[in-house]
Amino acid sequence: MGTASYVNRESPALKIYAWAFVAILYAPILLLPLFSFNSSTYIAFPIEGFTTEWYGALWANSQMWTALWNSVWLGAIVAVISTALGVLAAKALTRYRLPARGPIIGFMMLPLVVPGIVFGVALLILMNRAGIPLSLFTVGIGHVLICTPFAIATLMPRFEGFDASIEEASADLGENGWWTFWRVTFPLVFPGILASLMLTFTISFDEFIMAFFLAGTEQSLPIYIWNQLRFPERLPMVLALSTIIIAISFVLVFFSLWLTRLGVDTKTGDAA
Amino acid sequence: MTEVVASAPRGEPLEIPRPGRLSALLQRYEILRGVVLLSPAMAVMIAGMLLPFLVLVVMSFWTPMGFDFNTDPSFKNYSDIATQPIYGALLSRSLWMSGAATVITVLLCYPMAYYVAFHVKRHKTLWLILMTLPFWTSYLLRVFAWKIVLGYNGMINASLTGIGLIDAPLEFLLYSQTAVVITLTHAWAAFAILPIYVSLEKIDRSLLEAATDLGDGPWARFFRVTLPLSMPGVIAAMLLIFIPTVGDYVTPALLGGPDGVMIGNLIQLQFGPANNWPMGAALALVMMASTAGVFIATKLVRSALEARI
Repeated sequence: MGTASYVNRESPALKIYAWAFVAILYAPILLLPLFSFNSSTYIAFPIEGFTTEWYGALWANSQMWTALWNSVWLGAIVAVISTALGVLAAKALTRYRLPARGPIIGFMMLPLVVPGIVFGVALLILMNRAGIPLSLFTVGIGHVLICTPFAIATLMPRFEGFDASIEEASADLGENGWWTFWRVTFPLVFPGILASLMLTFTISFDEFIMAFFLAGTEQSLPIYIWNQLRFPERLPMVLALSTIIIAISFVLVFFSLWLTRLGVDTKTGDAA
Repeated sequence: MTEVVASAPRGEPLEIPRPGRLSALLQRYEILRGVVLLSPAMAVMIAGMLLPFLVLVVMSFWTPMGFDFNTDPSFKNYSDIATQPIYGALLSRSLWMSGAATVITVLLCYPMAYYVAFHVKRHKTLWLILMTLPFWTSYLLRVFAWKIVLGYNGMINASLTGIGLIDAPLEFLLYSQTAVVITLTHAWAAFAILPIYVSLEKIDRSLLEAATDLGDGPWARFFRVTLPLSMPGVIAAMLLIFIPTVGDYVTPALLGGPDGVMIGNLIQLQFGPANNWPMGAALALVMMASTAGVFIATKLVRSALEARI
């Protein structure tokens, strides 16, 4: 690319389409913050007045705080475990000429195409048969399974992106494998690790359907929200909560995508 | 995808004498080291996918008995699914609805991916992030957002009633198959844009110039060069959307109403109020099998058509 080709001229129609597309993509999501500051409990235009009442109600809600901490802990632990697995797997898949590399990657990415409900009920049956009581721990098992493929996909371009001879130089200069990893490989792939941590945290933090089947009586934040949806009078508070969650997700994901793309050859435009 | 497979054979590093036979073995055999590194993730994935899948299959041949299960293998669940019309009806409705959502998503997202691949010159990364950002936020909240837009007391209805255009809320907006398809299309857009974009980006620009030089206009060039070359991305997009949406639970539960119930809701029912886990297991497997079936059939039809051309 780079050099302008005479094949594709500016197309105003396509440009308008693109901006309309973006507008429709974001409009429903941005309605949540908009109405969370509306003083009326009815979600309708015109907006009645500005209030932060719902945020205050949210702040004072102890159930919400419990669910929030559950989700934060769950997300943090899941992020660390799946990123650790992802680092090892990504290094193995990019640095060594493994037999059947393609099929291995395909197998690892399988959870991305298994419907969440199938995964959820299958794990539910497994836990039931194995006599493991349902809790946030069983939700965590499910989340590690769906997060690890994302960690591998985020980290592999990072490992491919730097010259393996730097690692070899370190080995030649007498560092063993462990120190080569910490002093050479780790700093180089660090942005990828950070991106993977943020991404897997967000996935676990937002995941609903597996938690729905596997959480038992414990509540993660999405389950808490689901339970609130039955009460119309609590809708404004759910809107306030949604606004906060969306804001946090946007920031985390924006930085992680930014980090993923930095340093990686942007020409390939690879779907991380 | 950059296929730069790990570098050429490296010079043997200076051998530092190390104790232990295992580490000596690892030093010598590169592949072994790779396998050792891969094994934790591999073990987790194998245990985490094969075990649940196995118990799912086993349980689908059981039947409920009081609060426990009758573990004598039987085909009762499967024969019920085959003979009682409710199951077939819900299954075909689910396939139809998510099929519609898949096709609409791909049609709407193709021009978008095309725009980013061919017309955006600067800030490409920013555009890609812009396109995929909403997808990473909570699925539940994105679906919930549509309930707020389309709902009985939702934005459209309440606003129209408020300004006096309509007397009673328009019921067809919420609790319908249309509402589910609209929401699914919106929620899965990123899954269509990314693969299509990648396959468009891979197209060698000189092929397009060649087509132009040889007299193709923009449309002819698009249908004879660009579109066929981007088909792998289109197929990948359809796969990535169709398979998970057939079993979607959240969207039909929040927006479907009685007309929009899908197979995922029926599966959930078996694990919840209906308390018939074996039937739920069988339904989950039948759903996966029929999803795969539809997809393979589509692929076969496509290659048959291509062979004729």
